[in-house]
Amino acid sequence: MDVVYYLVQNMLPVAMPLLLVALGGMFSERSGVINIALEGIMLFGAFFGALFVLSVQNSSIPPQWILLMGMTVAAISGLVYSLLLSFAAVNMKANQVITGTSLNMLIPALVLLFSKMSFNSDGITTNVNFYIREIPILGNIPIVGQLFFQRTYLTVMIGFIFLILSVFLLYKTRFGLRLRACGEHPHAADSVGINVYKMRYAGVSISGILAGMGGFFYSVGITDGNISGHTGVAGFGFLALAVMIFGQWQPLRIMLAALFFAFLRTLAYSVSLIPFLYRLGIDQNYYKMLPYVATMVVLALTSKKSRAPKAEGIPYDKSTR
Amino acid sequence: MANKQEKSSKSIGIVKKITGSKGFSSLAAALMAILLGLIFGFLVMLIARPGSAVPGIRYVTLGGLGRIGDVFYFATPILMTGLAVGFAFKMGLFNIGASGQYTMGMFFALYAVFMLDLPDGLSWVVAILAGFVGGMVWGAIPGIFKALMNVNEVITSIMFNYIGMYLVDMLVLKNAAMYNPAMTRTRYIPSGAQIPALGIHGSNVNFGIVFAIIIAVVLYIVLEKTTFGYELKATGFNKHASEYAGMKGKRNIILTMSIAGGLAGVGGAFAILAPSAIVGSSMTYEPINIIATAGFNGIAVALLGNAHPIGIIFSATFISHIQRGGTLASLVGYKPEIIDVVVAVIIYFSAFAMIMNTGLGKFVKKRIEKDKKDLEIKEGSE
Repeated sequence: MDVVYYLVQNMLPVAMPLLLVALGGMFSERSGVINIALEGIMLFGAFFGALFVLSVQNSSIPPQWILLMGMTVAAISGLVYSLLLSFAAVNMKANQVITGTSLNMLIPALVLLFSKMSFNSDGITTNVNFYIREIPILGNIPIVGQLFFQRTYLTVMIGFIFLILSVFLLYKTRFGLRLRACGEHPHAADSVGINVYKMRYAGVSISGILAGMGGFFYSVGITDGNISGHTGVAGFGFLALAVMIFGQWQPLRIMLAALFFAFLRTLAYSVSLIPFLYRLGIDQNYYKMLPYVATMVVLALTSKKSRAPKAEGIPYDKSTR
Repeated sequence: MANKQEKSSKSIGIVKKITGSKGFSSLAAALMAILLGLIFGFLVMLIARPGSAVPGIRYVTLGGLGRIGDVFYFATPILMTGLAVGFAFKMGLFNIGASGQYTMGMFFALYAVFMLDLPDGLSWVVAILAGFVGGMVWGAIPGIFKALMNVNEVITSIMFNYIGMYLVDMLVLKNAAMYNPAMTRTRYIPSGAQIPALGIHGSNVNFGIVFAIIIAVVLYIVLEKTTFGYELKATGFNKHASEYAGMKGKRNIILTMSIAGGLAGVGGAFAILAPSAIVGSSMTYEPINIIATAGFNGIAVALLGNAHPIGIIFSATFISHIQRGGTLASLVGYKPEIIDVVVAVIIYFSAFAMIMNTGLGKFVKKRIEKDKKDLEIKEGSE
């Protein structure tokens, strides 16, 4: 039972960045724009979040407040950075995959450049402890309390809140309906007076906000609040894309997919703590490859009946028909 | 007066001919993207360290000229990855997995050198071929996934970048013949197994670049003069039409990705088999779980070269040139990463440079027509 508690407690902070970023990717693709720049946006958000934390870490602000403020900073920076993708994809009708790739390349280089020149290191190191040993009252509930409200981060709860918000926004609001229309059939949407360009800007911007936050949550929950330009977010932006595809562009399924991948990753990094796996004596590097290999297997099995938004990746041009 | 008019209309004709041609528009687009990239790089330098931005950008743009040998030395691997990306691009496939294919090719080449006991002279030839095989395997997988299971090649290639990197790092670390724990790097390749240097003073530029250029020319011939090349391009233009015309789309996808992967793999082999600055030493690989940048630079090279094999020779040389300049810029306090920034911005703009360029073309055309009209009006008034 202790192993189960351990795995769940460690899995959730890993799942949250994947969940948020995959939800971001979902909003972008539902509006018709492929957002392969999620990786870059995550690192951008994480970088500014960490920079903020670094600047206030010696003040008397309580850590959880710093986390919330850092999250806001990360969300705003993610939004700003995603505008570059919107501009290229919507206004300039550029190839979305290439644009995304360039945005992914730009950020690690800028982070390294800045960090090397100002801190003489590869990234930012902060020393605020965001870890929560036990949440009052909720942590006392038997089993559930131990699984979800002990040895955790605030990010877990925020992640679930954003999941609920996303479901609501996508399925229960006029905006969500219009967004989905733009990803399926932009010309039809345009013909009933929906501004496709605006909706796509909105979709990509939401993905920027969520990916920026997700990046910050990655640095909080996985790398102890530090960020490095070399390793960046270790492919989490790309994994999130796979999570989104596995989740068939639907929020709740995306959550399950995110938990699945997070479980595999947690397993990979805690082999030595699980006696059964440790005794098998398989090289730990195989486990490190596991999430990526699993992605491939899952995609191979699900891609035939893919439910991708029909118009994703195709620049919208009013004059074509 | 009549003479002047004749002259100007003639020059208009020439300008029109040049600006109207396809080669010009892609060249102009590439130059535009480069210019914007350099301007952005200059701005970043200006913000980071205002005092030395001017000498910094001078190093970046002109520094490579003094080290032509090194420029070609470092152009070799990215020329190959550029071809790997560009070749797949001709078919409408985005091969973002050149990094993994490059790493795989490098590992296969290392394996051939260290594990097969081959005589000097033959060793590096076999190693290059091994590199091709290694990259080919890693390129074929995304191709198979795409052709048979309809998985987007972008996601597959990215995943296989990671899988390949972890796999190679693990295999290198386990191999005592290959790995030198004291240096945390692979061992030097015996000088007999290295690609022979061209013997240019002060540089280790070797036959790798010659082979790379030959490969580029061969690819050009394949694309322009063979049925396979024609089918490949036709599929790139219109997948459904080519299928309808009886071309085997699935087979071609796998074949294209395999060849593209092989090209990147050869790039990895060229990189690791090259002699390096210290006498008798060679390039080494450090297994620290980082994805090779050569693959991503290959994307920039391919886009700048408009996915044209001959264009890619020039774009690889150019990217290598500014990279050399970037290393020199550290003399005035900058870090070589400044070049990655410039390259990323270049890619960003080349993604929509064609549109910008048609805008520019229209503008130029309008100006020319206006001049003509003005001239006519002038003539008429006289």
